Amino acid sequence: MAPQQSALTRPARDFPSRRRTRITRKQIVPWLFVLPILLLHMLIAVGPSLAAVYYSLTRWSGIGAAKFIGLENFRHMLFEDGDFKRAFSHNILWLGLFLTIPILLALAAASLLAPIKRGGMVFRAALFIPYIVPSVVTASIWRNLLHPTLGIGGQLAKAGIPGLDVAFLGQPSTALYAVAFVDNWHWWGFLMVLFLAAMQNIPPDLYEAARIDGATRWQEFRHITIPGIRPTLIFMILMTAIWSFLAFDYIWILTQGGPAGSSEVMGTLVYKNAFNRFDAGYASALGLTMSCFAGIMIAIFAVLRRRGWEI
Amino acid sequence: MIRAFKKQRQLNLTPNYIILILLMGFALGPLLVLTFNSLKGSAESGRNPLGFPTTIIWENYPNAWERGGFALTTRNSSIFVVGTVVGVLLLGGMAAYSLARLKLPGANLVMGYFLIASTLPVWLFLVPLFILWRNLGLYNTIHGLILIYIGLNSPFAIFLLRSYMVNLPADFEDAARVDGANEWQVFSRIVIPLSWPGFLTVGLVVALSVWNEFLLATVFLSDQKLLPVATSYYQFTTRFSRDWGLTSAAAIMMIAPILIIFLALQRRFIEGLTQGGVRG
Repeated sequence: MAPQQSALTRPARDFPSRRRTRITRKQIVPWLFVLPILLLHMLIAVGPSLAAVYYSLTRWSGIGAAKFIGLENFRHMLFEDGDFKRAFSHNILWLGLFLTIPILLALAAASLLAPIKRGGMVFRAALFIPYIVPSVVTASIWRNLLHPTLGIGGQLAKAGIPGLDVAFLGQPSTALYAVAFVDNWHWWGFLMVLFLAAMQNIPPDLYEAARIDGATRWQEFRHITIPGIRPTLIFMILMTAIWSFLAFDYIWILTQGGPAGSSEVMGTLVYKNAFNRFDAGYASALGLTMSCFAGIMIAIFAVLRRRGWEI
Repeated sequence: MIRAFKKQRQLNLTPNYIILILLMGFALGPLLVLTFNSLKGSAESGRNPLGFPTTIIWENYPNAWERGGFALTTRNSSIFVVGTVVGVLLLGGMAAYSLARLKLPGANLVMGYFLIASTLPVWLFLVPLFILWRNLGLYNTIHGLILIYIGLNSPFAIFLLRSYMVNLPADFEDAARVDGANEWQVFSRIVIPLSWPGFLTVGLVVALSVWNEFLLATVFLSDQKLLPVATSYYQFTTRFSRDWGLTSAAAIMMIAPILIIFLALQRRFIEGLTQGGVRG
């Protein structure tokens, strides 16, 4: 408040310049609070993202000069690279798995939990706990539990129930599903808590009115619960769609994309091209492509919203 | 009359409890088996891989601590966590304060920037960032990775803290300004103490995400002496993949601090994580 005081005591001719510095100060100080993080974020995310667009048009080992080759990387990716096609189809499969199983499981659990008063907090916490377990630990737990002889299947076989004593993570036909299962074990409880929070905001008199009208539990779920949590549900479907193209951690930790590429996704492919094969140009093209798929998902939702869908 | 009516209409919740208890078994069973295995010798893990240990072997814990280099990796992870949390709360908090309270010219532009830029997936900029960090001498350094964590966690922190600060009553700030406090003093002495629940929530979420983070730590660190618990544990499990007692004990040591803090501050934790929509 020092400037104001001096403005009152100073002679009038000094007033304009004094005022000008006050205005600029008022404009500059707020920017000083924002700039450090803004610049850091631009340095980390935006600058390299723009660079990635350029590098995707080059052949480059990551060291020395990049050689401009136009769209060659994309031509190779779309028309020649079988690894990319397979990885992309795995991402689509991943998308299908995560749009259905965890969402249905979470919806079911949340609607069972929503009416419960006694012990509700305990269930909520217990089902949420897998979400806070680090991916490396989750992976190591399930690598043991899915072990063909020492895991659950193997022990069941020992007890006389054969059929599940299979190396789920080690054979090409099941590896991707096994990884998705492990990822989902950690993921669905988080969804459940989100849906539960949304369900608890639905006015209870809606349910009471439905019960008076003789609605079944399924009808309540279909006509009150689902419309009531619709914004949360749609938002999580959108996020699932985006993340499905970016999946990496569990796959890398459990199978590194193997065996024989059977669980390869675009994320593991970028990693291998960049850090194992030192093909930074091609890795940038792959990274740009998978980001575009995530971006397309956002665009689809934006268009639907503009068309008047209540999303 | 109304009461009797309500009672008659009450749902039978027994099936709900039964299914939820089964689901709870699915969620917690694997962690229980992990705990059992952490107390078994290798001979027993082979004979009895899922059940309660017949002879309890506590030595797995000191052995895992020793062989996994946990003294060092826990120290490293703590530096990553503390450095990132302090950085995010300070820089993100400053930006949130400016956006919420200081009539920043162009505030909508800045918010729009963070909204859009925070959707950029890490895969888009990972490779060029790696090369940039190598050229800047930040590759394979603790502060280099902390800077990345701060940058990538800050948009979420800004959104959450800003929504907290917007709702603060302006009286205290005005009073402080009348008393001659400058913007920094108002921020550090008035706004931070008043919005501490927001800061705590953000701190918890960021701490968890850094403690658990895998991809960036794998890419941006190569020196064994700098590895955090997560990536070092990953190497440990591949090295001792047969010794379930050892790897399970190491896993328990890694999740114990998270579980304790989670159970103590459950409500705030869940609130923060669900608002952030962070994918772990």
